[in-house]
Amino acid sequence: MEPDDPTFRSGTEPVVHLRGAVALLGRFPALAGVDLDVDRRRIVLLRGANGAGKTTLLRALAGLVPITAGEAIVLGVDLRDDRRAVRHRVGLLAHGTGLYDELTVADNVRFWTQAARADVADADAAMAQLGLDGRLRDVAVGRLSTGQRRRTSLACLLARRPELWLLDEPHAGLDKEGRDIVDALIRDAAAAGATIILSSHELDRSIDLADEIVTLGGGVALDDSPEVGDDHVE
Amino acid sequence: MIMLSDAWLIARKDLKLELRSRVALNQVIPFAILVLVLFAFALDPDRGLLEKATPGLYWVAVLFSGLLAMQRSFSVEAADGVTDALRLSGLAPAGIYLGKTLSVAVQLLVLEVLLGVGVAVLYGTSITGWLLLIATIVVATAAISTAGTLFGVVAAGLRVRETLLPLLLLPVLAPVLIGSTRAFEAALSGTPSEGWPWVGLMSVFAAVYVVAGIFGFGPLMEES
Repeated sequence: MEPDDPTFRSGTEPVVHLRGAVALLGRFPALAGVDLDVDRRRIVLLRGANGAGKTTLLRALAGLVPITAGEAIVLGVDLRDDRRAVRHRVGLLAHGTGLYDELTVADNVRFWTQAARADVADADAAMAQLGLDGRLRDVAVGRLSTGQRRRTSLACLLARRPELWLLDEPHAGLDKEGRDIVDALIRDAAAAGATIILSSHELDRSIDLADEIVTLGGGVALDDSPEVGDDHVE
Repeated sequence: MIMLSDAWLIARKDLKLELRSRVALNQVIPFAILVLVLFAFALDPDRGLLEKATPGLYWVAVLFSGLLAMQRSFSVEAADGVTDALRLSGLAPAGIYLGKTLSVAVQLLVLEVLLGVGVAVLYGTSITGWLLLIATIVVATAAISTAGTLFGVVAAGLRVRETLLPLLLLPVLAPVLIGSTRAFEAALSGTPSEGWPWVGLMSVFAAVYVVAGIFGFGPLMEES
């Protein structure tokens, strides 16, 4: 799926461009002037302590949290003009699963795939890729383990084929096999032209994935973000 | 066209959820029948009064039971990040509104048929004026579900949604309660011509809420 903006389509514009972006949660500035540029096909790791603003940044990039000051352009869409316009082009893996407990894995993945106007065949392919095409396929989501739910959420995201993947703690709740699958998915998606921004506390695994690392603290991007491969990365 | 296909997708999903969870079957329908039985116990000493009050009692039972179905319709979307997933889905908000309205309407129609049987059996009501009765049920169901879905999304994001929805919705639905009761009275008393104006009034009510829902559901969902 190509972006609508012809300038963006040329591939020269960053997928994410933030300058002094501010987002309020109530009256609290969860993002207090973030600067960030992310180019196409990059994998960017957000790190920072709890409350640093990682989740809010991901939600703002998805168009779920309004940017109240500064510049915020995602996939060629100015979020301050119309943040809804970018939503169907991003995929957000959040803390919540976004799944209906009473429906089966297949029902959920197919529903969200159809909602994104993607092909149902993509839903079946995504379930197979996440190892959900066996006996789990017809099990109600409410009966799944945390890791299996996480895989189902990832299958929903994968089937939508978003241009920008926003992953909030994608390894959380997964066993080693699941984590390896997630890492492979992220690499494949970037190779296929998608851009990935993930937040994680599991730095040993995530740093290997990332092309860039951005450190958030107090709602801003800090200058001490290390280069990938830096020996001092914690 | 996209709006209608989105509506169909949402309605199918909601009805499938109800079939799997059986909340309507196990809770809403027994509650509705219980309300009818309690009315019968309360008014039984005066059989004439029970017969006279049957149309009103029927629609009060429908409204109270329908509230449970409407609350359920939005509580499934409030769980575990589903609201955000819906916002990100690309589904047209108007399609979501129409789909949820259709799903609630189907559940209400099933409930109304069962309550109709209950009224005939428990209250000994002889059913006459079939055409007016059916028209009233269809139009009142549309009015209740269109308004209920719109107010459901207003209350959806609030912690007090379970208690707020009845407070918001019951006063709004008072004209529908009055109209449907009058239309039923006219049908059952063999004077259908007195009932059709009420059907017309409820049709206008439903049309107003459909338009309000199509245009207002998106911004309301954004705030929920």
